[in-house]
Amino acid sequence: MVQSFTTAKDGKTWTFKLRAGLEFHDGKPVTSEDVAASLKRWASRDAMGGILFGFIDKIETPDANTFRFIMKEPCAIVLDALGKASSNVPFIMPARIASTPGTEQIKEHIGSGPFMFKADEFKPGSVAVYLRNPKYVSRKEVPSGLAGGRPVNFERVEWVIIRDPQTQFNALQAGEVDMVEQPSFEQYESLKKTAGVKVDDFSPAGYQFVMRFNHLHAPFNNLKIRQAAMLAIGQQAFLNTQVGIPDLVRPCRSIYPCGTPLADENTSYFTGVANASKARELLKEAGYDGTPIVMMRPTDLAAITKLPLVAKQQLEAAGFKVDLQQMDWASLVARRAKKEPPAQGGWNMFFTTWTAQDIGSPLSSAMLNAKGATGWFGWQDEPRIEDLKAKFARAHEGPEQKKIASEIQALVFETAAFAPLGQYRNPTALRSNVSGLLQTAGIPVMWGLSKN
Amino acid sequence: MTAFLSRRLLAVLPVLWVVSVVVFLILRLAPGDPAAVIAGNNATSEDIVQIRSQLGLDRNLVSQYGIWLGKVVQGDLGYSYYLGKPVLELITQRMEPSLSLAIGTALLAVCVAVPLGTLAAWRMGGWLDRALSAFSVAGFSVPVFVIAYGLIYVFAIRLQWLPVQGYKPLFGAQAGSVWDWLRQLILPWLTLGTIYIALIARMTRASVSEALSEDYIRTARSKGINERAVLLRHALANAAVPIVTVIGIGVALLIGGVVVTETVYAIPGLGSLTVDAVLNRDFPVIQGLVLFFSCSYVFINLLVDLSYVFLDPRIRH
Repeated sequence: MVQSFTTAKDGKTWTFKLRAGLEFHDGKPVTSEDVAASLKRWASRDAMGGILFGFIDKIETPDANTFRFIMKEPCAIVLDALGKASSNVPFIMPARIASTPGTEQIKEHIGSGPFMFKADEFKPGSVAVYLRNPKYVSRKEVPSGLAGGRPVNFERVEWVIIRDPQTQFNALQAGEVDMVEQPSFEQYESLKKTAGVKVDDFSPAGYQFVMRFNHLHAPFNNLKIRQAAMLAIGQQAFLNTQVGIPDLVRPCRSIYPCGTPLADENTSYFTGVANASKARELLKEAGYDGTPIVMMRPTDLAAITKLPLVAKQQLEAAGFKVDLQQMDWASLVARRAKKEPPAQGGWNMFFTTWTAQDIGSPLSSAMLNAKGATGWFGWQDEPRIEDLKAKFARAHEGPEQKKIASEIQALVFETAAFAPLGQYRNPTALRSNVSGLLQTAGIPVMWGLSKN
Repeated sequence: MTAFLSRRLLAVLPVLWVVSVVVFLILRLAPGDPAAVIAGNNATSEDIVQIRSQLGLDRNLVSQYGIWLGKVVQGDLGYSYYLGKPVLELITQRMEPSLSLAIGTALLAVCVAVPLGTLAAWRMGGWLDRALSAFSVAGFSVPVFVIAYGLIYVFAIRLQWLPVQGYKPLFGAQAGSVWDWLRQLILPWLTLGTIYIALIARMTRASVSEALSEDYIRTARSKGINERAVLLRHALANAAVPIVTVIGIGVALLIGGVVVTETVYAIPGLGSLTVDAVLNRDFPVIQGLVLFFSCSYVFINLLVDLSYVFLDPRIRH
């Protein structure tokens, strides 16, 4: 949306010019007022947006096409934050909609991009329809990820929700759909062999599985016991069991996904290879009294449901006692918000997965929110991580930021905040006549695609 | 008749009230929190508390129930926590596919099963009877999804006569032609119809064969009435009450109980809406759906009861 931007020499003023002729889908022009209102709403909900706005003294809108950040001090994350593509995304909407408090759901979905949401055809849980925006003027640059031009080759895109993986496969094979965003791993080999179908990947950096400790309660309120758990786990077993396709998995010890700019496999004692005997020694040294670990397993979330089974086996091999509790995801997310001890409805350990985009920066990674009781589930209280994050936001992009990111990672392993369980990809399946799938960091986009 | 109807309708109100209280309490006491689902993976505990407060989930249960019931009696089922849309609109959107599936399946089952069951009873022990017994055992034993995948493989993938999945509405802005609607539903009807044909045919066979052994059938035959009239006017008419009861229960179950078929054929009906609402702990949607299903069961039972009056003169008197 931005035509050009300038930064003052002291780094305290950022001026952005909007592209001429931008228009919302309701026919109203996009103005700098809309941008300012939208960014304020976004910052009230998003961690990275909140950090950015902590640096901003005020936003000026000298004319309809210009907005300006007046900073309290220079900040290195302005462009990263504005270009953030994972949740929450700084979408620009009309100011009248953006004035909805950040804690309330918006009622209209009006943007200015190449596709328009067709609200009257939206059937939640069934189909969302998007029409080509005839007034959209694409940038001239070649599309590159989420940047550059956005050429649209379809009048209409239907995002159909098909829950059953076999039906997804059948519908693709029969040509009823052109693309399956995330086919199940079990069908990967069949898809590669099916005539008229191909497999492509819009998100090569993929996803990372993670194991999270609750730092508040025994036994994981003991650093050595957390470290023993980290020693007990082996990434390959998690990847083999949950994904099971060698082409799609990659052991990666870094907390920033391997293949992304901040990745660093210097991970101290954490090797990602199970070492039950060393873990057992450390457990003994820590004085583990056999308190069972309450481990939550989401039975209805196919993407991560097998991880706790592997963790249970590996931790038990190292001498832990594990109380595996099975529940649906909705129960799990409610329970993980509880700070009570495990015996009173709390928990010790859960698993999740992140897109590379979510965790590629220390400022966007929810797991690095180490503010104790007000932080992310697990409630690690580690001011040193928070201090380094603040330093990262002020540092120059490049080696300086990378060094700080590595220091943060070192602290994550020193304090055994959480354990990366390996990286995987989940390629998309397309009809053979569809081409032009753009590589983005976890978000499939429909521009650039064409169909012969 | 009016008094009968009024009595039946009035008796429904306490049933619906008890259902609403039980469902309300079960949902609130079950594990899971809609606020945590809405908040997502990046949220903090504070975000969840804030969302709970916004949704009114921090109020006491009596107050929450009172607010919900107050709206329901005014015809307002509330808003979906998760989708932000009126519950009534969501149910209305999903009603057409579910009713199409249920009514079509019921018609198919009745049209095939009642004649088959009657003929099997008439020629008990014959080849048709044995074939029907074998079909019934298979119909009950083979899981719905196996039948569905088998039909899809043959008719949609191999022969390419019918679509794999989806639903084209018959009414509304996105309506297609009747043929579009039919094409989408033929395989789901056949899939679901199998078990209902098995059920109704078995019931018809048992009821008609019992009727055929009655004295009045012997009397009718000794009076020289032809076999067709004996079968239809005397045996089937007297066997109709249990058959209609089974059909009624079947239709009631079909309206909300076809989750597997809806999932396999990606039909956006009430079954899949229910599953989504339960998984997301979308309390207003679950409550609205349960109320709707309860009303449907009550209405269908009422129709079945009314049909007894016409089918059996003894009940009329």
